[in-house]
Amino acid sequence: MSSSPMHPEGSSLDPHLRRYAARAAGMTASEVRALFSVANRPEVVSLAGGMPNLSALPLDSLSAEIGKLVVTDGLVALQYGSGQGIAELREQICRIMALEGISAHADDVVVTVGSQMGLDLVTRIFCDPGDVVLAEGPSYVGALGSFSAYQAQVVHVELDEHGLQPQALREALASLASQGRRAKFLYTIPNFHNPAGVTLAVSRRAEVLDICASYGVLVVEDNPYGLLGFDGQTYPALRSYDRDNVVYLGSFSKTFAAGLRVGWVLAPHAVREKLVLAAESATLCPPTINQLIVSRYLSTHDWQGQIKSFQRSYGERRDAMLSALDQYLPSGCSWTRPDGGFFVWLTVPEGIDTKAMLPRAVTARVAYVSGTGFYADGFGSRQMRLSFCYPTPERIREGVRRLANVLADELELFRTFGPVTSRRLSGPQSPAPDTA
Amino acid sequence: MSKPGERWVAVLSGGLSHERDVSLRSGRRLSAALRETGLVVDEWDADARLVDRLHGDRPDAVIVALHGGEGENGAVQNVLEMLRVPYVGTDPRACRRAWDKPTAKAELSRSGLSTPDWVVLPHSTFRELGAQAVLDAMVDRLGLPMILKPDQGGSSLGAQVVRDAADLPAAMVGCLAYGDTVLAERFVPGVEVAVTVIDGPDGPVALPAVEITPEHGVFDYTARYTAGLTTFHAPARLAPDAAERVGALAVSAHRLLGLRDVSRTDAIIDASGEPQFLEVNVSPGLTETSSLPMAVLAAGMSLGEVFAGLVERAVARGAAKYSG
Repeated sequence: MSSSPMHPEGSSLDPHLRRYAARAAGMTASEVRALFSVANRPEVVSLAGGMPNLSALPLDSLSAEIGKLVVTDGLVALQYGSGQGIAELREQICRIMALEGISAHADDVVVTVGSQMGLDLVTRIFCDPGDVVLAEGPSYVGALGSFSAYQAQVVHVELDEHGLQPQALREALASLASQGRRAKFLYTIPNFHNPAGVTLAVSRRAEVLDICASYGVLVVEDNPYGLLGFDGQTYPALRSYDRDNVVYLGSFSKTFAAGLRVGWVLAPHAVREKLVLAAESATLCPPTINQLIVSRYLSTHDWQGQIKSFQRSYGERRDAMLSALDQYLPSGCSWTRPDGGFFVWLTVPEGIDTKAMLPRAVTARVAYVSGTGFYADGFGSRQMRLSFCYPTPERIREGVRRLANVLADELELFRTFGPVTSRRLSGPQSPAPDTA
Repeated sequence: MSKPGERWVAVLSGGLSHERDVSLRSGRRLSAALRETGLVVDEWDADARLVDRLHGDRPDAVIVALHGGEGENGAVQNVLEMLRVPYVGTDPRACRRAWDKPTAKAELSRSGLSTPDWVVLPHSTFRELGAQAVLDAMVDRLGLPMILKPDQGGSSLGAQVVRDAADLPAAMVGCLAYGDTVLAERFVPGVEVAVTVIDGPDGPVALPAVEITPEHGVFDYTARYTAGLTTFHAPARLAPDAAERVGALAVSAHRLLGLRDVSRTDAIIDASGEPQFLEVNVSPGLTETSSLPMAVLAAGMSLGEVFAGLVERAVARGAAKYSG
């Protein structure tokens, strides 16, 4: 605020108000985001955030490696680098993607500042305002944010316990075609979906690709959790079926260190050219030192052993959550049973609105994300995302116990007032990235 | 810690209420303003370390910049009293009176201050007597539109203006998510103002009223904390007598409820020019979009100087109360 006296016409406290682009309209303070501000306090069991649990990382040896990197290659590590990313890291990324059946050349990989930047770049080069993007319903909140930023219109496609429903995809595309419209791409998270926790059945994968190809629609495959199957299982990436019509997004955030913000895009050659130029205009280049840290980690550490350790740890947490849900939740609730990743998708009894219930939950010292944040169309008020990635198994059980009490109270309200639809709240409906 | 001769203040912010985020912003802003006046300032969260910290470090005074819950219902103030730590702000008993909106309204109404008609109802009443019948009675009594708000709490969290009876059940559920009891208040159209009262050597003084005009008509959480969504006038565009009357209303609320050092009264000037009391806050927001700092500026003062003065009052009170 200015320290000068207020203008006689008053002040809105924002002298730039008339300068903003239309897309900034939704960038407001958020009652929901404010509620999440208590989620990081130890008194609260947060089942809300998606922060990876890094406690198993070998910090001592990492520290030594990073120190050595600065001593031996500091002048490279601290310098600008290629807009496409360091060649050696891109080679290593290709070897990682091979674990899920992808055959790729390092020239077609673009290193990005987390796969979120990849999403941003892909949307930037494909979407004009008003263009249609297909996405599972529910879908990753960060992707919806990117689509919204470019004023794309999201059409959701239903998923079930086996992932995206091919028939629903076909119908959505046919419906668009009948309106003379075509989706620019299908955005999909085939493995251990965020937020739904489900995995696209292998038997559906080729079909999904065929449907998209028949309508001339690109597929954007987002796969941050693919290596985090609790039994070590992996699934063939959509990109492994089709190199020409799939843009693949990968990330080190869940398999190594989210704070380094290193992800990548694997794209067909022509798309890759545009992505590199778009990336250069956004950031010039991804942080060189972070890329080198990832590269050194991959070459000097047992990174696959580390991933196995993550799989075990997240698997224990998933077990704790599922058993607590079985034990505590009232009848009328249902939930997914993920084989990997971070999330369970919970559907509560009819009449309960999870967004309206959130303040009560926070008062009871448990946090979750209401399902409405994962839809672009206001759907999802009977759903919530529960994350099991960060709290200990004991805390997860306690959190679910608290949640069950909150649900019981909310059912009481429902019995009193009947089913309700909560008011539309402005601003972000999901926690900030640093919320546990 | 401070060096000899330096004044050392701990600003408490954060806490576990729904208003944690707002409180952290208030705390940061106040701390920066106090440092500009030369005070040594620590920012402490109200968490499990607080009592040990107060035992061990003993700042000259504490400023409670907590919003909602323990910071405004007198609980933290009680702890400070037990630990014999001087603090800026209202004592625990008066905090409780101000914190509970129906209690404050009833007390001020009894003393002759105008406040919109209201009813207070817990969830259990709706459950036991039938929601629709009770909602109908509310509409009969208060008319529409009406305002629903949690009986305790701030930042407009859970508050809604209900214009259509069909929207009442959903608004009730939204409101009851923040507490077990709803304060339903007759909607009074008019000019919305916030009046800060500061205790000075000659008693409480009202600073210039700040006029609040939310772009979408409702001063909800988003309108409060998104710069650009509300237009503020400081001082408010009121005729001199209206400005004087609303200032007097805020000072009366401050005195009658036994508030100390600082308070902010929210009021509405109705169509007849009559100021009506809405609620009072013992730990007003100090963020970039809060009205108290605007009122201070409109009065030709600085936030740091005002609170540094209140710190001196608190230290003097502590010296008188706890010496020997």
